[in-house]
Amino acid sequence: MSNTILSLSSKFLKYFEDLGRFQVFVAKILKVMCTRPFRLSLVVQHAYNFGVESVFIILLTAFFTGSVFGLQIGYVFSIFRAESLTGGASALALATELAPLVTGFLITGRVGAAVTAEIATMVVSEQVEAMEAMGVDPIDYLVVPRVWASIFVMPLLCGLFMFMGIVGVYMTSLGIYAIDPGVFVAKIISLVEVSDILSGLRKMFFFSFIISFLCCYEGLSASGGAKGVGMATTQAVVKVLMLILISDLVISFIEVWWLR
Amino acid sequence: MIRFENVVKSFSKKVILNHLDLEIPKGKITFIVGKSGEGKSVVLKHILGLMKPDSGRVFVGGEDITELSGENLRKHRQRFGMLFQMAALFDSLNVYDNVVFPLKESGHNDEKENLRKIEEVLSMVGLPDILNKFPSELSIGEKKRVGLARALVHNPDIILYDEPTTGFDPLIAEMIDHLIVKVGRKRPDLTSVVVSHDLKATLESAEHIIMLYQGKVVLSGTSKEFRNTENKIVRQFFSGKQEGPMVFL
Ligand SMILES: Nc1ncnc2c1ncn2[C@@H]1O[C@H](COP(=O)(O)OP(=O)(O)OP(=O)(O)O)[C@@H](O)[C@H]1O
Ligand SMILES: [Mg+2]
Repeated sequence: MSNTILSLSSKFLKYFEDLGRFQVFVAKILKVMCTRPFRLSLVVQHAYNFGVESVFIILLTAFFTGSVFGLQIGYVFSIFRAESLTGGASALALATELAPLVTGFLITGRVGAAVTAEIATMVVSEQVEAMEAMGVDPIDYLVVPRVWASIFVMPLLCGLFMFMGIVGVYMTSLGIYAIDPGVFVAKIISLVEVSDILSGLRKMFFFSFIISFLCCYEGLSASGGAKGVGMATTQAVVKVLMLILISDLVISFIEVWWLR
Repeated sequence: MIRFENVVKSFSKKVILNHLDLEIPKGKITFIVGKSGEGKSVVLKHILGLMKPDSGRVFVGGEDITELSGENLRKHRQRFGMLFQMAALFDSLNVYDNVVFPLKESGHNDEKENLRKIEEVLSMVGLPDILNKFPSELSIGEKKRVGLARALVHNPDIILYDEPTTGFDPLIAEMIDHLIVKVGRKRPDLTSVVVSHDLKATLESAEHIIMLYQGKVVLSGTSKEFRNTENKIVRQFFSGKQEGPMVFL
């Protein structure tokens, strides 16, 4: 009994220790982001890689999500003879919720996991230590350029998801519920405001911090060979997904209750 | 040149450096020996400021480096070249970018001049014409030599080698030993610190030898002093015998 309590409390303590270290890490990144010379070529390179790695899967997923969503929403609305609203309603859901959430998940799996694995491999094979030995701060060289790249690229990918999702909705709306294209577009314009799109992009902006910070952090905290790399990667993905879900709820609450 | 004063370092209650006092002379090739897990790599990391002692001080060129941080620590580290145990080349960069890394990071941006320096060090380690290869395309011996080129390219005052020959066939090992001596002779002001398990090479190449045992120095001196010592621990270690005063854990 006392053993269980002891081990639980030590786990609890370790959790807070970890949290504390993460806070220090975040503070350091934010400081370096504002002070050091900007490593533009690295930012561009990472941004390009992030984009190339994930653009195809984003387009594909967006199209299918949009199509299925259009199908379901169209079915519900057709019960009330309101099929013409399918486009507008789907677009609203896509912009404010679906696009940032699904994009966040996809990028975590595609880009985030790769970032953690890459940095963790560098840690366990002494490359990060070698970098420090040459007087280069790994946060400055490895982390900050990836954070900048994430902030620039991920909201763009989210915008792409919104667009492609609506294309998917459009296909089912026209193909299955025979909605007039003019009406489809008009309903979207009347229902979806610029602020809705911005709210989705803003969410993705937050998520891009979560993804890049946590994935780099877990990578740098890796230890102990190939197994350590695998563990760090799993840890990173699980933590990021949880945090995205939680922060999504918090942000949505704030927006719905305070800003509307 | 490099001096440890009463340095204590422990990891989760296990004391590795136990009130260690140590002196590494300037402009010489010093070998550090001792059995595995004795804290040799930890000593190198303290010299670079990658680790801080729990107590005690580390001086490099008269400066207490345990106090350094930020820009000063960066400047301090740029005076060094270090060859890591597994070379530690950056996987994502090709040979050219790996070797140019310390140059660029210390503000040398003249591409032509950089290329000249890189070609010079690469031919010195016997690897011309591999500028565009990636580390994954190199054998471990080649990686290690590129690592050596990277450690040398910015003309450091001090070079640290962590087990430069462990795990190599005798030919490559001998070649690397020769390189270390060659580099040291070419620049008389260069201080080399070599952690090695190759005792024969140590006795042949070292200008100064330090042996660590249980977190302290057992003997510090020339090859000759090591060959002629009466110290039982040193004799046992260099003869490779199991029987003797040395404790194996
Ligand atoms: N970062 C660290 N965290 C915890 N323990 C460490 C760390 N670095 C080294 N140690 C411990 O310190 C001891 C000395 O390690 P070190 O790597 O210096 O040994 P070494 O003399 O270089 O051995 P080898 O010849 O095998 O390389 C080992 O017991 C090791 O487990
Ligand atoms: Mg070692």
